Amino acid sequence: MSLGSVSFYPIVNGVYLSFTNRSLITQDNDFVGIANYLQLSADPSFWNAWWHTIWFTTASTGLETLIGLVMALILCEAFSGRGIVRAAMLVPWAMPTVVTSKMFGWLFDGQHGIINFILLHAGLIDQNVNWYGAPETALTTIILADVWKTTPFMALLLLTGLQTVPKSLIEAARVDGARAWTIFWNIRLPLLLPTLLIAGLFRALDAFRVFDLVYVLTGGGPADSTETLSTLSYKILFSTLQFGYGSAVSTAMFMTEGVIALVFCLFLVRQLRKTT
Amino acid sequence: MNERSAFQSIMIYFGALLILIWSAGPFLWQFSTSFQHDKALTEGTPSLIPDPFTLEHYYNAFVEKGLHHYVLNSLVVSLATTALCLIVGSLAAFALSRLDVKGRFGILMVILSVSMFPQIALVGPLYLIASDLGLLDTYRALIITYLALGLPLVTWVLFGYFETLPREIDEAARIDGVGVIGLLWHIILPMSLPSLVTTGLLAFITAWNEFLFALAFTSDRDSQTIPVGIANFTNQYYVPWGDIAAASAVVTVPLIVLVLFFQRHIIEGLTQGGIKE
Repeated sequence: MSLGSVSFYPIVNGVYLSFTNRSLITQDNDFVGIANYLQLSADPSFWNAWWHTIWFTTASTGLETLIGLVMALILCEAFSGRGIVRAAMLVPWAMPTVVTSKMFGWLFDGQHGIINFILLHAGLIDQNVNWYGAPETALTTIILADVWKTTPFMALLLLTGLQTVPKSLIEAARVDGARAWTIFWNIRLPLLLPTLLIAGLFRALDAFRVFDLVYVLTGGGPADSTETLSTLSYKILFSTLQFGYGSAVSTAMFMTEGVIALVFCLFLVRQLRKTT
Repeated sequence: MNERSAFQSIMIYFGALLILIWSAGPFLWQFSTSFQHDKALTEGTPSLIPDPFTLEHYYNAFVEKGLHHYVLNSLVVSLATTALCLIVGSLAAFALSRLDVKGRFGILMVILSVSMFPQIALVGPLYLIASDLGLLDTYRALIITYLALGLPLVTWVLFGYFETLPREIDEAARIDGVGVIGLLWHIILPMSLPSLVTTGLLAFITAWNEFLFALAFTSDRDSQTIPVGIANFTNQYYVPWGDIAAASAVVTVPLIVLVLFFQRHIIEGLTQGGIKE
Protein backbone atom coordinates (compact mmCIF):
# COMPACT_ATOMS: atom_id res chain seq x y z
CA MET A 1 0.00 0.00 0.00
CA SER A 2 2.58 2.46 1.12
CA LEU A 3 4.80 1.52 -1.80
CA GLY A 4 1.91 1.92 -4.17
CA SER A 5 0.84 5.33 -2.97
CA VAL A 6 4.32 6.78 -2.61
CA SER A 7 5.84 5.32 -5.76
CA PHE A 8 3.36 4.21 -8.39
CA TYR A 9 0.75 6.88 -7.98
CA PRO A 10 3.26 9.74 -8.30
CA ILE A 11 4.75 8.18 -11.44
CA VAL A 12 1.34 7.99 -13.10
CA ASN A 13 0.54 11.43 -11.80
CA GLY A 14 3.89 12.72 -13.10
CA VAL A 15 3.17 11.40 -16.59
CA TYR A 16 -0.23 13.07 -16.45
CA LEU A 17 1.29 16.35 -15.25
CA SER A 18 3.64 16.31 -18.24
CA PHE A 19 0.59 16.76 -20.50
CA THR A 20 -0.59 19.84 -18.61
CA ASN A 21 0.64 23.40 -18.23
CA ARG A 22 0.46 23.19 -14.43
CA SER A 23 2.31 26.07 -12.87
CA LEU A 24 2.36 27.13 -9.25
CA ILE A 25 2.94 30.74 -10.26
CA THR A 26 0.28 31.39 -12.90
CA GLN A 27 -2.05 28.79 -11.33
CA ASP A 28 -2.60 27.31 -14.83
CA ASN A 29 -3.72 23.71 -14.84
CA ASP A 30 -4.99 22.76 -18.30
CA PHE A 31 -4.48 19.72 -20.49
CA VAL A 32 -2.15 20.74 -23.32
CA GLY A 33 -1.44 17.41 -25.04
CA ILE A 34 2.12 16.94 -26.24
CA ALA A 35 2.93 20.64 -26.22
CA ASN A 36 5.52 20.21 -23.44
CA TYR A 37 7.27 17.46 -25.37
CA LEU A 38 7.38 19.58 -28.53
CA GLN A 39 8.89 22.41 -26.51
CA LEU A 40 11.33 19.95 -24.96
CA SER A 41 12.56 18.59 -28.27
CA ALA A 42 13.40 22.13 -29.38
CA ASP A 43 14.94 23.18 -26.06
CA PRO A 44 18.75 23.43 -26.29
CA SER A 45 19.12 23.36 -22.49
CA PHE A 46 17.34 20.01 -22.42
CA TRP A 47 19.69 18.50 -25.02
CA ASN A 48 22.67 20.04 -23.27
CA ALA A 49 21.64 18.32 -20.03
CA TRP A 50 20.79 15.11 -21.90
CA TRP A 51 24.29 14.84 -23.38
CA HIS A 52 25.96 15.62 -20.07
CA THR A 53 23.90 12.92 -18.39
CA ILE A 54 24.72 10.34 -21.05
CA TRP A 55 28.42 11.23 -20.86
CA PHE A 56 28.42 11.18 -17.07
CA THR A 57 26.66 7.80 -17.01
CA THR A 58 28.95 6.22 -19.60
CA ALA A 59 32.18 7.55 -18.14
CA SER A 60 31.42 6.87 -14.49
CA THR A 61 29.88 3.42 -15.03
CA GLY A 62 32.76 2.45 -17.32
CA LEU A 63 35.47 3.66 -14.96
CA GLU A 64 33.76 2.22 -11.88
CA THR A 65 33.39 -1.18 -13.50
CA LEU A 66 36.99 -1.23 -14.68
CA ILE A 67 38.59 0.02 -11.46
CA GLY A 68 36.12 -2.01 -9.39
CA LEU A 69 37.17 -5.14 -11.26
CA VAL A 70 40.85 -4.49 -10.59
CA MET A 71 40.09 -3.89 -6.91
CA ALA A 72 38.01 -7.07 -6.72
CA LEU A 73 40.82 -9.10 -8.31
CA ILE A 74 43.27 -7.77 -5.72
CA LEU A 75 40.88 -8.45 -2.82
CA CYS A 76 40.27 -11.92 -4.17
CA GLU A 77 43.84 -12.85 -3.28
CA ALA A 78 44.69 -13.87 0.26
CA PHE A 79 46.98 -11.38 2.01
CA SER A 80 47.31 -10.15 5.55
CA GLY A 81 45.30 -7.01 6.21
CA ARG A 82 42.64 -7.88 3.64
CA GLY A 83 39.88 -7.34 6.21
CA ILE A 84 41.05 -3.78 6.88
CA VAL A 85 41.11 -2.92 3.19
CA ARG A 86 37.65 -4.40 2.69
CA ALA A 87 36.31 -2.41 5.64
CA ALA A 88 37.98 0.82 4.48
CA MET A 89 36.20 0.44 1.16
CA LEU A 90 32.87 0.97 2.91
CA VAL A 91 33.88 4.46 4.06
CA PRO A 92 33.07 6.27 0.79
CA TRP A 93 29.86 4.30 0.45
CA ALA A 94 28.60 5.20 3.94
CA MET A 95 29.22 8.93 3.56
CA PRO A 96 26.28 11.15 2.67
CA THR A 97 26.71 12.26 -0.96
CA VAL A 98 26.39 15.86 0.14
CA VAL A 99 29.40 15.39 2.41
CA THR A 100 31.32 13.73 -0.43
CA SER A 101 30.50 16.71 -2.61
CA LYS A 102 31.68 19.24 -0.07
CA MET A 103 34.79 17.18 0.55
CA PHE A 104 35.68 17.12 -3.15
CA GLY A 105 34.94 20.81 -3.33
CA TRP A 106 37.65 21.32 -0.71
CA LEU A 107 40.12 18.80 -2.16
CA PHE A 108 39.82 20.41 -5.61
CA ASP A 109 39.51 23.98 -4.36
CA GLY A 110 41.05 26.32 -6.92
CA GLN A 111 43.20 28.25 -4.46
CA HIS A 112 43.98 26.11 -1.44
CA GLY A 113 43.00 22.61 -2.53
CA ILE A 114 45.36 19.78 -1.70
CA ILE A 115 45.06 18.35 -5.24
CA ASN A 116 46.43 21.54 -6.77
CA PHE A 117 49.21 21.53 -4.17
CA ILE A 118 50.20 17.94 -4.96
CA LEU A 119 50.03 18.33 -8.74
CA LEU A 120 51.93 21.61 -8.57
CA HIS A 121 54.74 20.08 -6.52
CA ALA A 122 54.85 16.98 -8.67
CA GLY A 123 55.36 19.31 -11.62
CA LEU A 124 52.24 18.08 -13.42
CA ILE A 125 50.67 21.54 -13.60
CA ASP A 126 52.45 24.88 -13.52
CA GLN A 127 49.70 26.94 -11.93
CA ASN A 128 46.60 26.31 -9.81
CA VAL A 129 43.63 24.92 -11.74
CA ASN A 130 40.13 26.12 -10.92
CA TRP A 131 38.69 22.60 -11.24
CA TYR A 132 35.04 23.20 -10.44
CA GLY A 133 35.01 26.79 -11.65
CA ALA A 134 36.07 26.14 -15.23
CA PRO A 135 33.70 24.65 -17.83
CA GLU A 136 36.48 22.45 -19.29
CA THR A 137 37.24 20.59 -16.05
CA ALA A 138 34.04 20.80 -13.99
CA LEU A 139 32.20 17.76 -15.34
CA THR A 140 35.34 15.59 -15.32
CA THR A 141 35.96 16.46 -11.68
CA ILE A 142 32.37 15.59 -10.78
CA ILE A 143 32.79 12.23 -12.53
CA LEU A 144 35.91 11.68 -10.42
CA ALA A 145 33.95 12.35 -7.22
CA ASP A 146 31.33 9.83 -8.31
CA VAL A 147 34.01 7.26 -9.14
CA TRP A 148 35.53 7.73 -5.70
CA LYS A 149 32.23 7.28 -3.96
CA THR A 150 30.91 4.26 -5.81
CA THR A 151 33.82 2.20 -7.11
CA PRO A 152 34.38 0.43 -3.76
CA PHE A 153 30.80 -0.73 -3.72
CA MET A 154 31.17 -2.00 -7.27
CA ALA A 155 34.32 -3.85 -6.18
CA LEU A 156 32.39 -5.56 -3.37
CA LEU A 157 29.67 -6.72 -5.75
CA LEU A 158 32.25 -8.04 -8.20
CA LEU A 159 34.18 -9.67 -5.37
CA THR A 160 31.15 -11.76 -4.41
CA GLY A 161 30.80 -12.67 -8.08
CA LEU A 162 34.45 -13.70 -8.30
CA GLN A 163 34.15 -15.83 -5.20
CA THR A 164 31.49 -17.98 -6.85
CA VAL A 165 33.95 -19.03 -9.56
CA PRO A 166 34.83 -22.62 -8.60
CA LYS A 167 38.34 -22.84 -7.17
CA SER A 168 38.83 -26.29 -8.70
CA LEU A 169 38.54 -24.78 -12.19
CA ILE A 170 41.31 -22.31 -11.46
CA GLU A 171 43.48 -24.95 -9.77
CA ALA A 172 43.11 -27.25 -12.76
CA ALA A 173 44.12 -24.48 -15.15
CA ARG A 174 47.14 -23.68 -12.98
CA VAL A 175 48.24 -27.29 -12.99
CA ASP A 176 48.01 -27.20 -16.77
CA GLY A 177 50.44 -24.30 -16.63
CA ALA A 178 48.03 -21.52 -17.50
CA ARG A 179 49.21 -18.01 -16.71
CA ALA A 180 47.31 -15.60 -14.47
CA TRP A 181 46.23 -13.59 -17.50
CA THR A 182 44.91 -16.65 -19.34
CA ILE A 183 42.99 -17.75 -16.25
CA PHE A 184 41.44 -14.32 -15.94
CA TRP A 185 40.55 -14.01 -19.60
CA ASN A 186 39.28 -17.55 -20.22
CA ILE A 187 37.79 -18.60 -16.89
CA ARG A 188 37.07 -15.76 -14.51
CA LEU A 189 35.84 -13.10 -16.90
CA PRO A 190 33.30 -15.26 -18.78
CA LEU A 191 31.87 -16.57 -15.51
CA LEU A 192 31.78 -13.08 -14.05
CA LEU A 193 30.04 -11.55 -17.05
CA PRO A 194 26.44 -11.86 -15.76
CA THR A 195 27.46 -10.24 -12.47
CA LEU A 196 29.29 -7.51 -14.38
CA LEU A 197 26.23 -6.80 -16.48
CA ILE A 198 23.83 -6.66 -13.54
CA ALA A 199 26.16 -4.53 -11.43
CA GLY A 200 26.75 -2.31 -14.47
CA LEU A 201 23.02 -1.92 -14.98
CA PHE A 202 22.46 -0.91 -11.38
CA ARG A 203 25.30 1.57 -11.58
CA ALA A 204 24.21 3.00 -14.91
CA LEU A 205 20.64 3.56 -13.71
CA ASP A 206 21.97 5.15 -10.56
CA ALA A 207 24.50 7.35 -12.35
CA PHE A 208 21.85 8.46 -14.81
CA ARG A 209 19.87 10.15 -12.05
CA VAL A 210 22.88 11.92 -10.51
CA PHE A 211 21.66 14.89 -8.51
CA ASP A 212 23.32 15.54 -5.13
CA LEU A 213 26.88 15.68 -6.46
CA VAL A 214 26.11 18.15 -9.23
CA TYR A 215 23.67 20.25 -7.24
CA VAL A 216 26.06 20.74 -4.33
CA LEU A 217 29.37 20.94 -6.21
CA THR A 218 28.50 23.25 -9.10
CA GLY A 219 24.73 23.72 -9.18
CA GLY A 220 24.92 22.88 -12.90
CA GLY A 221 27.45 25.60 -13.72
CA PRO A 222 29.76 27.09 -14.74
CA ALA A 223 27.90 28.18 -17.88
CA ASP A 224 25.63 25.08 -17.73
CA SER A 225 28.67 22.86 -18.33
CA THR A 226 27.61 20.36 -15.67
CA GLU A 227 23.83 20.59 -15.98
CA THR A 228 22.27 17.12 -15.93
CA LEU A 229 18.68 15.99 -16.46
CA SER A 230 18.01 15.72 -12.73
CA THR A 231 19.33 19.17 -11.87
CA LEU A 232 17.60 20.74 -14.87
CA SER A 233 14.36 19.04 -13.94
CA TYR A 234 14.70 20.14 -10.32
CA LYS A 235 15.30 23.74 -11.34
CA ILE A 236 12.29 23.83 -13.67
CA LEU A 237 10.13 22.28 -10.94
CA PHE A 238 11.27 24.24 -7.92
CA SER A 239 12.79 27.47 -9.22
CA THR A 240 10.34 28.37 -11.97
CA LEU A 241 7.54 26.22 -10.44
CA GLN A 242 6.50 24.97 -13.92
CA PHE A 243 5.32 21.56 -12.82
CA GLY A 244 3.92 20.62 -16.23
CA TYR A 245 7.12 21.25 -18.16
CA GLY A 246 9.33 19.94 -15.35
CA SER A 247 7.35 16.70 -15.33
CA ALA A 248 7.90 16.37 -19.08
CA VAL A 249 11.67 16.53 -18.47
CA SER A 250 11.56 13.90 -15.72
CA THR A 251 9.22 11.66 -17.75
CA ALA A 252 11.57 11.86 -20.74
CA MET A 253 14.35 10.92 -18.35
CA PHE A 254 12.38 7.97 -17.05
CA MET A 255 11.88 6.78 -20.66
CA THR A 256 15.62 6.96 -21.37
CA GLU A 257 16.26 4.92 -18.23
CA GLY A 258 13.84 2.30 -19.49
CA VAL A 259 15.82 2.09 -22.75
CA ILE A 260 19.11 1.70 -20.83
CA ALA A 261 17.60 -1.08 -18.71
CA LEU A 262 16.28 -2.80 -21.85
CA VAL A 263 19.66 -2.74 -23.59
CA PHE A 264 21.37 -4.26 -20.54
CA CYS A 265 18.68 -6.92 -20.21
CA LEU A 266 19.07 -7.92 -23.87
CA PHE A 267 22.82 -8.32 -23.34
CA LEU A 268 22.19 -10.28 -20.18
CA VAL A 269 19.71 -12.67 -21.78
CA ARG A 270 22.06 -13.23 -24.74
CA GLN A 271 24.92 -13.89 -22.36
CA LEU A 272 22.95 -16.31 -20.22
CA ARG A 273 21.86 -18.18 -23.35
CA LYS A 274 25.48 -18.49 -24.43
CA THR A 275 26.71 -19.86 -21.12
CA THR A 276 23.90 -22.37 -20.53
CA MET B 1 48.07 -22.58 -1.28
CA ASN B 2 49.68 -21.65 -4.52
CA GLU B 3 53.07 -20.06 -4.43
CA ARG B 4 53.07 -16.55 -5.74
CA SER B 5 56.15 -15.05 -7.23
CA ALA B 6 57.72 -12.25 -5.23
CA PHE B 7 56.73 -9.83 -7.98
CA GLN B 8 53.07 -10.86 -7.76
CA SER B 9 53.05 -10.49 -3.98
CA ILE B 10 54.55 -7.03 -4.18
CA MET B 11 51.97 -6.00 -6.77
CA ILE B 12 49.13 -7.25 -4.59
CA TYR B 13 50.34 -5.39 -1.50
CA PHE B 14 50.98 -2.29 -3.57
CA GLY B 15 47.46 -2.53 -4.98
CA ALA B 16 45.98 -3.02 -1.53
CA LEU B 17 47.84 0.02 -0.27
CA LEU B 18 46.50 2.10 -3.17
CA ILE B 19 42.95 0.98 -2.39
CA LEU B 20 43.43 1.91 1.25
CA ILE B 21 44.75 5.40 0.44
CA TRP B 22 42.09 5.93 -2.20
CA SER B 23 39.22 4.96 0.12
CA ALA B 24 40.30 6.49 3.39
CA GLY B 25 42.65 9.29 2.32
CA PRO B 26 40.15 11.98 1.31
CA PHE B 27 38.13 11.44 4.45
CA LEU B 28 41.20 11.63 6.68
CA TRP B 29 42.17 14.89 4.99
CA GLN B 30 38.66 16.27 5.56
CA PHE B 31 38.76 15.11 9.19
CA SER B 32 42.13 16.78 9.75
CA THR B 33 40.84 19.96 8.10
CA SER B 34 38.12 20.21 10.75
CA PHE B 35 40.79 20.66 13.47
CA GLN B 36 42.94 23.25 11.69
CA HIS B 37 42.80 27.02 11.94
CA ASP B 38 41.60 28.86 8.85
CA LYS B 39 45.04 30.39 8.64
CA ALA B 40 46.70 26.97 8.44
CA LEU B 41 44.25 25.94 5.71
CA THR B 42 45.22 28.79 3.44
CA GLU B 43 48.95 28.51 4.06
CA GLY B 44 51.41 27.49 1.39
CA THR B 45 52.26 24.12 2.88
CA PRO B 46 49.29 22.00 3.94
CA SER B 47 49.82 19.52 6.75
CA LEU B 48 47.84 16.44 7.68
CA ILE B 49 48.56 16.84 11.39
CA PRO B 50 46.61 19.82 12.80
CA ASP B 51 49.10 22.20 14.36
CA PRO B 52 47.88 24.07 16.32
CA PHE B 53 44.88 21.91 17.10
CA THR B 54 41.57 23.79 17.34
CA LEU B 55 37.90 23.08 17.94
CA GLU B 56 36.73 26.48 16.68
CA HIS B 57 35.06 24.97 13.61
CA TYR B 58 32.98 22.67 15.79
CA TYR B 59 32.02 25.67 17.89
CA ASN B 60 31.02 27.59 14.74
CA ALA B 61 29.06 24.68 13.33
CA PHE B 62 26.97 24.21 16.46
CA VAL B 63 26.69 27.69 17.92
CA GLU B 64 26.57 29.86 14.81
CA LYS B 65 25.03 27.50 12.30
CA GLY B 66 22.79 25.51 14.66
CA LEU B 67 24.04 22.11 13.55
CA HIS B 68 22.25 20.42 16.47
CA HIS B 69 18.86 21.38 15.01
CA TYR B 70 19.69 19.47 11.84
CA VAL B 71 21.15 16.57 13.78
CA LEU B 72 17.97 16.30 15.83
CA ASN B 73 15.76 16.43 12.72
CA SER B 74 17.84 13.79 11.00
CA LEU B 75 17.79 11.56 14.07
CA VAL B 76 14.00 11.71 14.44
CA VAL B 77 13.36 11.15 10.74
CA SER B 78 15.95 8.37 10.36
CA LEU B 79 14.98 6.48 13.51
CA ALA B 80 11.26 6.64 12.70
CA THR B 81 11.99 5.49 9.15
CA THR B 82 14.10 2.61 10.42
CA ALA B 83 11.44 1.46 12.88
CA LEU B 84 8.65 1.64 10.31
CA CYS B 85 10.75 -0.05 7.63
CA LEU B 86 11.48 -2.95 9.97
CA ILE B 87 7.86 -3.32 11.06
CA VAL B 88 6.29 -3.08 7.60
CA GLY B 89 9.17 -4.89 5.90
CA SER B 90 9.18 -7.85 8.26
CA LEU B 91 5.39 -8.19 8.05
CA ALA B 92 5.57 -8.10 4.24
CA ALA B 93 8.51 -10.50 4.06
CA PHE B 94 6.84 -12.83 6.54
CA ALA B 95 3.58 -12.83 4.57
CA LEU B 96 5.40 -13.48 1.30
CA SER B 97 7.55 -16.21 2.80
CA ARG B 98 5.13 -18.06 5.09
CA LEU B 99 1.55 -17.27 4.16
CA ASP B 100 -0.09 -18.61 1.06
CA VAL B 101 0.06 -15.39 -0.95
CA LYS B 102 -0.94 -15.66 -4.59
CA GLY B 103 1.60 -14.44 -7.15
CA ARG B 104 4.26 -13.77 -4.57
CA PHE B 105 7.06 -13.82 -7.12
CA GLY B 106 5.25 -11.13 -9.10
CA ILE B 107 4.83 -9.04 -5.95
CA LEU B 108 8.55 -9.35 -5.20
CA MET B 109 9.42 -8.19 -8.71
CA VAL B 110 7.09 -5.21 -8.39
CA ILE B 111 8.68 -4.28 -5.06
CA LEU B 112 12.10 -4.46 -6.68
CA SER B 113 11.05 -2.40 -9.69
CA VAL B 114 9.99 0.39 -7.35
CA SER B 115 13.59 0.89 -6.29
CA MET B 116 14.48 1.57 -9.93
CA PHE B 117 12.25 4.63 -10.30
CA PRO B 118 14.21 7.83 -10.78
CA GLN B 119 13.54 9.91 -7.71
CA ILE B 120 13.43 13.14 -9.65
CA ALA B 121 10.29 11.80 -11.38
CA LEU B 122 8.64 11.27 -8.00
CA VAL B 123 9.61 14.52 -6.32
CA GLY B 124 7.30 16.83 -8.31
CA PRO B 125 4.05 14.90 -7.88
CA LEU B 126 4.89 14.05 -4.25
CA TYR B 127 5.56 17.71 -3.54
CA LEU B 128 2.07 18.59 -4.81
CA ILE B 129 0.52 15.85 -2.67
CA ALA B 130 2.47 16.89 0.43
CA SER B 131 1.51 20.50 -0.21
CA ASP B 132 -2.19 19.62 -0.57
CA LEU B 133 -2.09 17.61 2.64
CA GLY B 134 -0.23 20.37 4.47
CA LEU B 135 2.76 18.11 5.10
CA LEU B 136 5.52 20.41 3.85
CA ASP B 137 8.09 21.26 6.53
CA THR B 138 7.02 18.27 8.62
CA TYR B 139 8.87 15.14 9.63
CA ARG B 140 5.95 13.07 8.39
CA ALA B 141 6.42 13.91 4.70
CA LEU B 142 10.04 12.77 4.86
CA ILE B 143 9.33 9.66 6.92
CA ILE B 144 6.61 8.47 4.54
CA THR B 145 8.86 9.04 1.53
CA TYR B 146 11.90 7.37 3.07
CA LEU B 147 9.77 4.43 4.11
CA ALA B 148 8.99 3.88 0.44
CA LEU B 149 12.65 4.27 -0.50
CA GLY B 150 13.90 1.87 2.16
CA LEU B 151 11.22 -0.82 2.00
CA PRO B 152 12.25 -2.61 -1.23
CA LEU B 153 15.70 -3.50 0.08
CA VAL B 154 14.47 -4.32 3.58
CA THR B 155 11.69 -6.56 2.29
CA TRP B 156 14.00 -8.33 -0.18
CA VAL B 157 16.77 -9.04 2.28
CA LEU B 158 14.39 -10.13 5.06
CA PHE B 159 12.47 -12.31 2.61
CA GLY B 160 15.71 -13.98 1.57
CA TYR B 161 16.61 -14.55 5.21
CA PHE B 162 13.19 -15.89 6.26
CA GLU B 163 13.36 -18.34 3.38
CA THR B 164 16.50 -19.88 4.84
CA LEU B 165 14.77 -20.63 8.17
CA PRO B 166 13.54 -24.24 8.18
CA ARG B 167 9.78 -24.82 7.84
CA GLU B 168 9.87 -27.53 10.52
CA ILE B 169 9.99 -24.73 13.08
CA ASP B 170 6.67 -23.41 11.79
CA GLU B 171 5.05 -26.79 12.17
CA ALA B 172 6.45 -27.35 15.64
CA ALA B 173 5.16 -23.93 16.68
CA ARG B 174 1.74 -24.64 15.22
CA ILE B 175 1.50 -27.91 17.12
CA ASP B 176 2.34 -25.98 20.29
CA GLY B 177 -0.61 -23.73 19.52
CA VAL B 178 1.27 -20.60 18.44
CA GLY B 179 -0.70 -18.32 16.12
CA VAL B 180 0.56 -16.67 12.94
CA ILE B 181 1.62 -13.42 14.59
CA GLY B 182 3.08 -15.37 17.49
CA LEU B 183 5.18 -17.34 15.03
CA LEU B 184 6.58 -14.13 13.58
CA TRP B 185 7.06 -12.34 16.89
CA HIS B 186 8.31 -15.12 19.15
CA ILE B 187 10.17 -17.35 16.73
CA ILE B 188 11.06 -15.89 13.31
CA LEU B 189 12.10 -12.40 14.41
CA PRO B 190 14.37 -13.48 17.28
CA MET B 191 16.07 -15.92 14.92
CA SER B 192 16.55 -13.18 12.31
CA LEU B 193 18.22 -10.67 14.57
CA PRO B 194 21.44 -10.31 12.51
CA SER B 195 19.44 -9.69 9.37
CA LEU B 196 17.18 -7.19 11.14
CA VAL B 197 20.19 -5.26 12.38
CA THR B 198 21.70 -5.08 8.90
CA THR B 199 18.54 -4.04 7.11
CA GLY B 200 17.72 -1.57 9.87
CA LEU B 201 21.13 -0.03 9.48
CA LEU B 202 20.71 0.19 5.71
CA ALA B 203 17.33 1.89 6.10
CA PHE B 204 18.85 4.28 8.63
CA ILE B 205 21.74 5.18 6.31
CA THR B 206 19.37 5.72 3.39
CA ALA B 207 17.27 8.15 5.42
CA TRP B 208 20.28 9.83 7.04
CA ASN B 209 21.97 10.50 3.68
CA GLU B 210 18.97 11.42 1.52
CA PHE B 211 19.09 14.87 -0.01
CA LEU B 212 16.66 15.47 -2.90
CA PHE B 213 13.36 15.03 -1.06
CA ALA B 214 14.61 16.77 2.06
CA LEU B 215 15.66 19.71 -0.10
CA ALA B 216 12.29 19.91 -1.82
CA PHE B 217 10.00 19.27 1.15
CA THR B 218 11.60 21.37 3.88
CA SER B 219 12.52 25.02 4.08
CA ASP B 220 13.51 25.87 7.66
CA ARG B 221 15.94 24.54 10.19
CA ASP B 222 13.15 23.10 12.33
CA SER B 223 12.57 20.43 9.71
CA GLN B 224 15.63 20.34 7.44
CA THR B 225 17.92 17.35 7.76
CA ILE B 226 21.70 17.35 7.96
CA PRO B 227 22.52 16.98 4.25
CA VAL B 228 20.41 20.03 3.45
CA GLY B 229 21.91 21.89 6.38
CA ILE B 230 25.45 21.17 5.21
CA ALA B 231 24.61 22.03 1.60
CA ASN B 232 23.48 25.46 2.83
CA PHE B 233 26.56 26.12 4.95
CA THR B 234 28.28 28.06 2.22
CA ASN B 235 27.65 31.74 2.56
CA GLN B 236 27.58 34.11 -0.32
CA TYR B 237 31.04 35.57 0.02
CA TYR B 238 33.35 32.78 1.07
CA VAL B 239 33.27 29.05 1.66
CA PRO B 240 33.88 28.15 5.33
CA TRP B 241 35.79 24.92 4.54
CA GLY B 242 36.74 24.36 8.17
CA ASP B 243 33.17 24.62 9.44
CA ILE B 244 31.95 22.36 6.65
CA ALA B 245 34.64 19.82 7.52
CA ALA B 246 33.57 19.90 11.18
CA ALA B 247 29.90 19.38 10.30
CA SER B 248 30.90 16.60 7.91
CA ALA B 249 32.84 14.88 10.64
CA VAL B 250 29.88 15.12 13.02
CA VAL B 251 27.54 13.40 10.56
CA THR B 252 30.01 10.92 9.11
CA VAL B 253 32.10 9.62 11.98
CA PRO B 254 29.23 7.92 13.88
CA LEU B 255 28.10 6.38 10.60
CA ILE B 256 31.57 5.09 9.78
CA VAL B 257 31.94 3.61 13.26
CA LEU B 258 28.58 1.83 12.88
CA VAL B 259 29.46 0.61 9.41
CA LEU B 260 32.87 -0.70 10.41
CA PHE B 261 31.34 -2.41 13.41
CA PHE B 262 28.71 -4.19 11.33
CA GLN B 263 30.72 -4.43 8.12
CA ARG B 264 30.54 -8.20 7.70
CA HIS B 265 26.75 -8.17 7.96
CA ILE B 266 26.44 -5.15 5.71
CA ILE B 267 28.51 -6.65 2.92
CA GLU B 268 26.39 -9.79 3.05
CA GLY B 269 23.14 -7.84 3.20
CA LEU B 270 24.06 -5.55 0.35
CA THR B 271 25.23 -8.25 -1.95
CA GLN B 272 22.10 -10.27 -1.26
CA GLY B 273 19.82 -7.36 -2.00
CA GLY B 274 21.84 -6.07 -4.89
CA ILE B 275 22.75 -9.02 -6.96
CA LYS B 276 21.21 -12.34 -6.09
CA GLU B 277 17.68 -11.91 -7.33
